[in-house]
Amino acid sequence: MNWIRARFCLGEKEEKLSKSGVIITTLLILGCLTILIPLYMTIVIALKSPAEMTNDIRGALSLPSTFSLSNFAEAMEITDFWHSLANSFIITGASIGLALVIHSMAGYAIGRNMVRKKGFRLVYFYIVSGMFVPFAILMMPLVKETAILGLDNMLGVILLYTVFYMPMNVMLYCGYLKNVPMEIEEAASIDGASVWKTFWTILFPMMKPMHATVAILTALGTWNDVMTPLVIISGSESTTLPLAQLNFQTQFGTNYNLAFASYLLALIPILIFYIVCQKQIIGGIANGAVKG
Amino acid sequence: MKKSVKINTYVLMLLPALILFAAFNTIPLFTGAYYSLTNYRGYGSYDFVGLRNYIDLFQDSRVGGSYLFTFKYAITGTILVNVLSLVLALGLNSRIRFKSLLRGIYFIPNILSGLVVGFIFGFFFTYILPAIGAALGIGFLSSSMLASEKTAWIGVLIVGVWQAVAMNTIIYISGLQTIPTDIYEASAIDGAGKWETFRSLTLPLMVPFVSINLILSTKNMLMVFDQIVALTKGGPAQSTESISYLIYNNGMSGGQFGFQSANAVVFFVVIVAISVTQMVITGKKEEQL
Repeated sequence: MNWIRARFCLGEKEEKLSKSGVIITTLLILGCLTILIPLYMTIVIALKSPAEMTNDIRGALSLPSTFSLSNFAEAMEITDFWHSLANSFIITGASIGLALVIHSMAGYAIGRNMVRKKGFRLVYFYIVSGMFVPFAILMMPLVKETAILGLDNMLGVILLYTVFYMPMNVMLYCGYLKNVPMEIEEAASIDGASVWKTFWTILFPMMKPMHATVAILTALGTWNDVMTPLVIISGSESTTLPLAQLNFQTQFGTNYNLAFASYLLALIPILIFYIVCQKQIIGGIANGAVKG
Repeated sequence: MKKSVKINTYVLMLLPALILFAAFNTIPLFTGAYYSLTNYRGYGSYDFVGLRNYIDLFQDSRVGGSYLFTFKYAITGTILVNVLSLVLALGLNSRIRFKSLLRGIYFIPNILSGLVVGFIFGFFFTYILPAIGAALGIGFLSSSMLASEKTAWIGVLIVGVWQAVAMNTIIYISGLQTIPTDIYEASAIDGAGKWETFRSLTLPLMVPFVSINLILSTKNMLMVFDQIVALTKGGPAQSTESISYLIYNNGMSGGQFGFQSANAVVFFVVIVAISVTQMVITGKKEEQL
């Protein structure tokens, strides 16, 4: 009965709802302009030649008269685009790989023991408290430390990311395991499988949804980060995509067409990734925030 | 015997994480605290100065200025971000057309590099906005807002909010989706208006998500760095120098390693204090409901 009444009420309200729906849709589409206009501006400026640029509204926002990719070619050469793209890929990829292996193992060991064992509970709070440590306090000591250890290079940056994302990821894995019944391991243990083997053959594959969330959150954080590579590797030959933009800006910042071509190049890889995996990315972030 | 073997495996699985965490979080944290008690410049020899740096810190007008800017930025930013993203989430979660496309577009700013977005907006604030202001005869827009000590922080704020709204919107949307629709139907039957429903039904049920978002955005906004590097480099006249930027700038290349380490220690304590306070307050709110 209730269900029918509810349905009925909705039916009555349908017309009114759809009217407000139209208004909301229109407002939301107008709001999108705040996002699309800056992107549009980036694209048209990147396609123009400096001769076409005047520093007024039309110069910046009109379509280019001829379609030319020469800005991109030049920007690629100056920023050593493929090299820094490859470095960014290596750093992000390796950080994700290490996060999935090291953080899931730690999350598993803690999650399965923290209820009964005080030591594991302490380790949990020790690691999770790292979330409150701002990079600013670690920055200067880390520059010294990585230099002493010979880690003032890409490997150092990768290891640092593995540490920076550890509190969040360990918390996510621990949270996920709370909903995985212990019976699974107990059954495996009776069958004679070791903890190590049970983890890799049964639990690790089972945590797939959490792996996706961890991979996406780690990827977005590391791909766009400037501060860590800036202080750890900026003196060396290897640069990352954002770092290359920073160096470029200080040297060639006044040629705006070239600069915007370079910005666009730096944004394209993550935009492609976003368009392809939009659902997983948004889902992963929502998942991470709610579980965290 | 078997049980201890089991525990050992768990300890072994924990070991890589523990070693890395101790090496690159705990040790630098303590080294930083140690240097904060010295007059180390980042090179050469140094002496112990006790709490000298901490005393100087509270008398240093540049440090004071950076705290003022960072808090002004973080408080305004957090409020703006949360109001905007709650409104957006309500819109994107209602019955509308093009729902997934609109959600997709609104999330774009979050995935983009803060540095590059800062460069793009920097150009917009320096050339396009003044041109629009001049064309429309709006006086206060006709010069670059980044060039003035009074308005530069607003430019940084716009970029920071533009990027941060997306993330909070997603969290609010997932919060709204946890509210069962029959509650709304019941409230509609009771004759509750839209605003009434929002105030007495939606908002209380959203409290846990508001608290996640407040904690997340306050923390992120307090650590603002990329936007500053891209837009103002702390200027004009240090009016947009954030705490992180000051520590980076003067600690790394300004010969103030020890002094800025003390600044960083204080900053750490401030962040912990704010986060804990927020958690306690929102935790109490949740219990009340």
